[in-house]
Amino acid sequence: MGEPGTQDVVRLEDLEASRALTGRKHILALTVEDTPGVLARIAGLFSRRGFNIDTLAVGPTEDPEISRITLTLDGAVHPIDQVTKQLHKLVNVIKIRDMDPETTIAREMALLRVNAGIEGRGEVMQFAEIFQAKIIDVSRRTLTVEITGTQERIDSFERMVRPHGLVEMVRTGEVAITRSRSDS
Amino acid sequence: MRAADALCAALLDEGVEHVFGIPGGASLPLYDALYDSKLKHILARHEQGAGHAAEGYAKASGRVGVAFATSGPGATNLVTPIADAMMDSVPTVFVTGQVRSDLIGTDGFQEADVTGITMPVVKHSLLVTDPRQIPGYIHEAFHIASTGRPGPVLVDVPQDLIRAEIDYAPAEGPPALPGYKPPLQGNIKQIRIAAKALANAKRPVIYGGGGIINANASQEFRDFCRSDRLPVTLTVMGLGAYPAPDEQWLGMLGMHGTRAANYAMDEADLIVCVGARFDDRITGKLSEFAPRAKFVHVDVDPAEISKNVPAHIPIVGDAADVLPKLTREYRALEPETKRLEDWWKRIRSWQAEYPLRYEDSADSEIKPQFMVEAMYEATGGEAIITSDVGQHQMWAAQYFHFDKPRRWINSGGLGTMGFGLPSALGAKVACPELDVVCLSGDGSLIMTCQEMATAAIHEIPVKVFLMNNGHYGMVRQWQELFWDGRYQSVDTGSSPDWTKLAEAFGWSGLKVTDKKQLPGAMREALESEGPVLLDVHVTKDENCYPMIPAGHAARDMVG
Ligand SMILES: Cc1cc2nc3c(=O)[nH]c(=O)nc-3n(C[C@H](O)[C@H](O)[C@H](O)COP(=O)(O)OP(=O)(O)OC[C@H]3O[C@@H](n4cnc5c(N)ncnc54)[C@H](O)[C@@H]3O)c2cc1C
Ligand SMILES: Cc1ncc(C[n+]2csc(CCOP(=O)(O)OP(=O)(O)O)c2C)c(N)n1
Repeated sequence: MGEPGTQDVVRLEDLEASRALTGRKHILALTVEDTPGVLARIAGLFSRRGFNIDTLAVGPTEDPEISRITLTLDGAVHPIDQVTKQLHKLVNVIKIRDMDPETTIAREMALLRVNAGIEGRGEVMQFAEIFQAKIIDVSRRTLTVEITGTQERIDSFERMVRPHGLVEMVRTGEVAITRSRSDS
Repeated sequence: MRAADALCAALLDEGVEHVFGIPGGASLPLYDALYDSKLKHILARHEQGAGHAAEGYAKASGRVGVAFATSGPGATNLVTPIADAMMDSVPTVFVTGQVRSDLIGTDGFQEADVTGITMPVVKHSLLVTDPRQIPGYIHEAFHIASTGRPGPVLVDVPQDLIRAEIDYAPAEGPPALPGYKPPLQGNIKQIRIAAKALANAKRPVIYGGGGIINANASQEFRDFCRSDRLPVTLTVMGLGAYPAPDEQWLGMLGMHGTRAANYAMDEADLIVCVGARFDDRITGKLSEFAPRAKFVHVDVDPAEISKNVPAHIPIVGDAADVLPKLTREYRALEPETKRLEDWWKRIRSWQAEYPLRYEDSADSEIKPQFMVEAMYEATGGEAIITSDVGQHQMWAAQYFHFDKPRRWINSGGLGTMGFGLPSALGAKVACPELDVVCLSGDGSLIMTCQEMATAAIHEIPVKVFLMNNGHYGMVRQWQELFWDGRYQSVDTGSSPDWTKLAEAFGWSGLKVTDKKQLPGAMREALESEGPVLLDVHVTKDENCYPMIPAGHAARDMVG
């Protein structure tokens, strides 16, 4: 019964089931048909199965019939394997990639309106400079900042400026792409 | 031709002969096309009935069942059968009329967003936005409904689009669906590992389910189980996949399963699950479910694997493909059957100590279990039995010994009262040569009793054996056992007079209260030409045992 790749003797005590929770953040890249209702189906599936999406970004791709959805989820709370298998059952979902953190470049954009009167203004501008963020609008009492980066980077910028008074913040959710090999 | 005619032509090209439905404003064009079509339309009397009839048709025949409804209330009446078909993986296509496309989104007359409403309970749905899509969508709907893990597909057709002129050519080959590729072939390496694990198992149990019936793989399943003396149990959805009774048969497992089956799961070292989904009626308290076992899980739906119970050896594939390979690999190992001797001794001791049993009456009183046994006798075990939901359903599962697939039709996952009668009509239309008996409860039957008119008008000679205990028996049982006997809203009283109701619908009706008359009455009902309702008065407060209280472990079985 020798078969390459299988153990010759399978002892029950050696069998292990794969662990459900990975404990880390996952970025899922979904390629979907650009048909009406596809986003509703995905959102409905998440709410029905009790999965929580951390961020969601949707947009067109190089192919006009195909959209790309980028989702981030917490693998400490959700069995990612079960999430992707359920998503696969949606007929309009063509492909799902659970992106490998080692080889993925992920970026998010955020717009933050921060209280910045005469005293605080200098410090906010300094933070913006350190984080390579842009000031895109100014009023007497506020600065509006545009920042792009990883989720973590935007989180830390937010922490820095929050004590000044965060009037409004919008974030796009992460989008991600796989790093190309340097020789390609 | 008109798109409506093309829709009918497309259905015929998918092999459809019968559709069940009710017309309305938005489906007038479709019904006008039916006028000239070869399709046979069976007019139900409520869209829920049409939907369950389509399910019964599919479950009895393995072919896709089809139901039509109009927009708005017609479509919303279909929601229950659609959800039912989703839970029990029934291949069905539902075609709903929709308001004119320019009215969509305006709260037009009889507008309901049925694709939205049903989104969580369909395998897929298609809203027509261009009349030229119609034939292709029908083809896609049939492909998706019937392949992989079967399920309901909804096609919603606005009434202006279905009147447009389009070209029609029969579809060739499977539709191009880039996101839909159901896995069919099991991975041979995984199958080999499973065979080897099984050959080493000392306390194995084979746990099969509805997926074997879906796969039409009952013979392959029997061959596998008999490749050794492997103990076999089935879920309520799998009954018939393995013949009962049989030397290797443990009985059904789960909440109302046998002790032998549940205790064997509890002590097993290896459980081979084929086409079943570890429902909570099976596992009870998940943390104490089969604590000593490793699991092989064969399922065509990858998402079922490790959903509730982590699988040690997952095999994704169609049971019809996997089982013969598994049998071949297992046989090749020439496993020692002797290793199972101690295990069988243990199982036999449970079987001897805890057979299914009930105390029969000494007088004329009809015990519900006796009624099921009488049904088995009267039909020679040969009929298709459909069931409603409640105690009667569980007694049928326990005491009617199903030995062929597609002979037991019930609503397991959603547990839909009102399923029994319309699904019997569908089964009879699909299999006119077989006797079809609906075993119902007085609570369930009244929920869709209007379909007696359908049976009368269309001359569909089904028989209804009503287990009349004057109660919502299953709920009464739970109130007795777990809610201190504080009976609330479970007495159904003595209304209606069922024989009069049957006669009003053009059926024959007969009331039976004496045990001695029951077998004869059943035989007569089966022999008579038309539809018959037997109103069988049984013990009012019998409980269905044994039972694992909800959320408990197999060891906590009572009764
Ligand atoms: C009042 C009441 C009491 C109940 N008590 C019990 C009880 O005591 N015992 C019991 O068993 N049930 C009971 N049920 C039913 C229960 O709720 C579930 O419906 C049932 O257990 C599910 O059966 P199943 O696991 O066979 O899955 P099904 O719902 O039949 O699912 C079939 C599985 O097979 C897979 N499959 C489909 N096609 C294929 C294929 N071609 N190849 C491989 N796999 C395939 C599917 O993906 C799915 O995972 C009760 C229901 C009611 C209403
Ligand atoms: C549509 C629907 N409503 C309510 C229930 C809850 N329920 C489950 S069993 C049951 C009682 C069934 O009574 P009956 O049909 O008389 O069968 P019995 O249990 O008496 O055999 C009820 C109300 C259900 N399963 N389905």
